[in-house]
Amino acid sequence: MVVAERKNIEEIRGMVDRYSSILVVGCDSCVAECAAGGHRETMLLGAALKISFQQDSRNPRITEACLDRQCVDDFIEQIAHLVPEHEAILSLGCGAGVQALARVYGDKPILPALDTLFIGETEMRGVWQENCLGCGKCKLGYFGAVCPVTRCSKRLMNGPCGGSKEGRCEVNPGISCGWQMIINRLETLGELDRLSEYVPPVDWSTSHSGGPRRVEREDQKP
Amino acid sequence: MKTDSRLERVLQAGHFAVTAECGPPKGSDAGVVERKGKLLFGYVDAVNVTDNQAATVRMASLAACVILKNMGHEPILQMTTRDRNRIALQSDLFGAYALGIRNVLCLTGDHQVFGNQKEALGVFDLDSIQLVRTVRDMREDGTLIGGADIESPPKMFVGAAANPFADPAAWRVVRLAKKVQAGADFIQTQCIYNMQRFSNFIAQARDMGLTERVSILAGVTPLKSAGMAKHMATKVAGMDVPEAIINRMAGVPKKKQADEGIKIAVETIQHVREIKGIAGVHVMAIEWEEHVPEILSAVGLDKRPKV
Repeated sequence: MVVAERKNIEEIRGMVDRYSSILVVGCDSCVAECAAGGHRETMLLGAALKISFQQDSRNPRITEACLDRQCVDDFIEQIAHLVPEHEAILSLGCGAGVQALARVYGDKPILPALDTLFIGETEMRGVWQENCLGCGKCKLGYFGAVCPVTRCSKRLMNGPCGGSKEGRCEVNPGISCGWQMIINRLETLGELDRLSEYVPPVDWSTSHSGGPRRVEREDQKP
Repeated sequence: MKTDSRLERVLQAGHFAVTAECGPPKGSDAGVVERKGKLLFGYVDAVNVTDNQAATVRMASLAACVILKNMGHEPILQMTTRDRNRIALQSDLFGAYALGIRNVLCLTGDHQVFGNQKEALGVFDLDSIQLVRTVRDMREDGTLIGGADIESPPKMFVGAAANPFADPAAWRVVRLAKKVQAGADFIQTQCIYNMQRFSNFIAQARDMGLTERVSILAGVTPLKSAGMAKHMATKVAGMDVPEAIINRMAGVPKKKQADEGIKIAVETIQHVREIKGIAGVHVMAIEWEEHVPEILSAVGLDKRPKV
């Protein structure tokens, strides 16, 4: 899923202050799972904004709505009746949701309430971990299902650097050394031999380095 | 001979090689490089020029290499993959060779979080082992990454680093083997304070036949003070400074600590010379280059062979 965090109210105010009616739109998918932009967070942000404006003796119209998915047209269209009544839309979707709204509602300002962070997993309640960079050529099969591109701070492909200490990364002790995890996993699986081979330079052309990516499938088109 | 590197000739002739490190200045004064070059001149077989070490902006390694080369030094160009992608790295290798550089040390580099440009994009298009292979392929096959032919390929003597003190401990020698397999001709190690751990590492390398295939230069950094010892023990990634060394430094009066640090460096060099499979020593006197000659004199390595 996509993991995000909500921006602070000051930054959000800086974007929405010029409008007198704001539609606050959440997304009940990924960003609900990471407790940043789901239904609950949408209602909370709406309330927080109202209080914040009231403190400045202002009373813009603020309406909350939440979509099941903010990145799919079928869902986005569900708020079509609310859009004309508001000057701007404040999105609690990820970056994809914000841009999808902007494509559908071409004449409305769409403003992000979240900072979109990464593709990751809920490791435990309240902890989300980045574990995929979307490089476009999955190599997990060779590395015990631990991604060196994502989990190593230097994206090393041929083993841990000299800064790995007691399973921690040199960049920050809060980061697990991705290579220690790879080695541990392959040791458990009895497949450490996979690591003795030289891994050639990564083909980054399938990643964002090749430009914004797009998938088109004729069998899926209407 | 694979190259016309002086370092290769020294090692091939069986001499115990001596290299030292020269950090370029945090500015554009060539005089700083020349002063450091002068301090080391005649005492070393080759000089490593660091590449924005600790991710701090300094004069380009290649520029400082050329300044030293013009003084008669044999430079070792340190190249990290942190700041440049494969286009820039390969282009710099062409340029370096055109300017007379014959040795390159291939590194990944300290992460940008350690330096004075923490907001920088970390490139890491290649890793150090892939860079080793790239430089080797240029020389042996005359090709770029991807196989395209090079008109006049650079023929560099290829180096890599090894850190016997990082984790996972069992992996360190495997990584060394990968570097040798990728084409490293020489290895310069992390600075040694834990001699037991270093000896074990070299014994493993010997058992795997690696010391026959690659020339290993043992890294030595003289400690300036007990404070520096503690700092390296706790703050510098991938370092192993045992309690005994810290206590020894702290056990002498402040004014004498620099002398004690030099004494430890001298003992370390004497010790590594006795280890089978060690081909030389690499002295990294961080902003303390003026002490390199006395350290080398103390161990009788100050006269360099004519090769």
